[in-house]
Amino acid sequence: MIWLDTIVQGILLGGLYALFAAGLSLVFGIMRLVNLAHGDLIIFAAFAILLIVGSTGLNPFLAALLAAPVMFAVGWALQAFVLNRVLGRDILPPLLVTFGLSVALQNGLLEAFSADSQRIRAGALESASIDLGPVTVGVMPLLTFASAVGAIFLLNRLFYTTALGRAFRATSDDAVTASLMGINPRSVFAIATGLAMVIVTLAALYLGMRSNFDPSIGPARLIYAFEAVIIGGLGSLWGTLLGGAIIGVAQTIGAQINPEWQILAGHIAFLVVLLIRPRGLFPRAVD
Amino acid sequence: MAHLVTTRTRASTVAAVIALGLVALGLILPAFASRSLIQDLFFILTMLTLAQLWNLIAGFGGMVSVGQQAFVGIGAYAMFAGVILWGWDPVPAILLGGLAALLLAIPMAFFAFRLQGAYFAIGTWVIAEVTRLLVAQWKTLGGGTGTSLPREATSDIIGVAAIADLFGLRDAAARDVMAYWLALLLAVGTMAAIHALLRSRTGLALAAVRDNDNAAQSVGVDARRVKWLVFLAAALMTGLVGALIYVQTARISPDAAFSVTNWTAYVIFIAVIGGIGRLEGPVLGVLVFWALQTAFADYGAIYLLALGLLAIVTMLFAPRGLWGLIADRTGLALFPVQRRLILKGPSDG
Repeated sequence: MIWLDTIVQGILLGGLYALFAAGLSLVFGIMRLVNLAHGDLIIFAAFAILLIVGSTGLNPFLAALLAAPVMFAVGWALQAFVLNRVLGRDILPPLLVTFGLSVALQNGLLEAFSADSQRIRAGALESASIDLGPVTVGVMPLLTFASAVGAIFLLNRLFYTTALGRAFRATSDDAVTASLMGINPRSVFAIATGLAMVIVTLAALYLGMRSNFDPSIGPARLIYAFEAVIIGGLGSLWGTLLGGAIIGVAQTIGAQINPEWQILAGHIAFLVVLLIRPRGLFPRAVD
Repeated sequence: MAHLVTTRTRASTVAAVIALGLVALGLILPAFASRSLIQDLFFILTMLTLAQLWNLIAGFGGMVSVGQQAFVGIGAYAMFAGVILWGWDPVPAILLGGLAALLLAIPMAFFAFRLQGAYFAIGTWVIAEVTRLLVAQWKTLGGGTGTSLPREATSDIIGVAAIADLFGLRDAAARDVMAYWLALLLAVGTMAAIHALLRSRTGLALAAVRDNDNAAQSVGVDARRVKWLVFLAAALMTGLVGALIYVQTARISPDAAFSVTNWTAYVIFIAVIGGIGRLEGPVLGVLVFWALQTAFADYGAIYLLALGLLAIVTMLFAPRGLWGLIADRTGLALFPVQRRLILKGPSDG
């Protein structure tokens, strides 16, 4: 039963990784941009929620609801004023700008909030659990996983059934032709990054309620997110969820064998997938 | 009409003479320089070498690696293993560092080359993390907390006694001189090798692959071979530098030796601020970086915040760095790799 429990916990943990990854996947799918500051933006959002909870005493979920439009604006501005200027055929400038942003964000947060571990308090929800027969699962992990499924479902609906989604897909396929049809790729990019930051806020909410965080842990979240995207295959959001679950299961199994191997096991699962399926399990986008 | 293809210019001839003069000055410097100047120069030279190597693979080869700390770390740990486990002298053990980095680069390239463009960057980062986590399991070298070089190993390094006699220095200062000379050797050797490579057929092939992979292959460039060659060579040299840095430091831990900030972020900032894709860039960049480091490193997080913002501003407004600004205004190239066609008419030739 311990193994079944390990696997279930791993899949639920994968929900958190899928939330980390969904925003990254969205931005990459539309503008072929890898945001190296993605992990640090998650931590930034977590501190924003913490600040709102601390100053207003609101429930964390309501605080996240307040933080989401702020994060949308941050993402929109980042894309419109900075990243749009460096997007082009050469991948070096956007990579280096986001790398600079990653270092700047990490140290800005360190200066503002110190290196102390923080946590978003969620009251009774933190320890609540549900008995599902053979396994007992925490309400919080379950809620995380359900949110990941919900976010990915909504993103897919947005992509395939709305005018904005059509603009996303058109710009992704061919930005020049899309602009001939009256779409402004730069504004589409800005909206996409804003949207990615809304998902980042959701990821930050669960990250902050489930575990301690401090300004230095952003890069590791970026790496988990990246691994989930690559395992799932570029451009497939459901693939990203599966990728997150694979990393999560590998980590919980690794931790079950030896606590020091938790992180390592996740990375090794990623390398194995890369070895046998270099383009991921469900590749869609061609790049 | 006779013609000549050359990379040489009058400025480059002058620069070559000045560079030789500087190297000669650098060699005899320990005779009269203070110990702290020697230590500063050691820092500058090692960072310069790392930046030139990153510039080679990213700026000239188009392979943006964020995992160079893997080679620094594995190089340093291999040197420690040579000294602690097999009783080697630290200086020859530096060669073990280069070898270990080369061996690590083979699987790293195998995995990372499966990833395209931007994903290559994070792919290299993941492999560096895996290496760090594995090395942290190596209990005989201190595991996660690290270890120090034993005193008996650092007390009689080959050549240190001779240096101490020559300059009348204490052992510790003589060790700094030794490390400084090795750093000078690595820096000059690396820059000379990169310059020679870029002027060769392989260098031309590398630039072609960076600018357009498919077009380069269509004219017969073996893109894979060129990329492998450059990636492995840069890894080997990065491993040597890493081992040398930790001979000087004499204390190692996985978090420090595999630090993405120290060995990759700083190195990228040096190349970006100085100018990517030119040999002059990192030289200028490392001087700016050293000046900033000396003036502001005490400010800690604020300093790093400013450094990150400076890199962003540079990419936005001067994407080819400070040297790019200078070169655009003056056309100056101290170490030119651009080929120029010189036609000699019948009158003068």
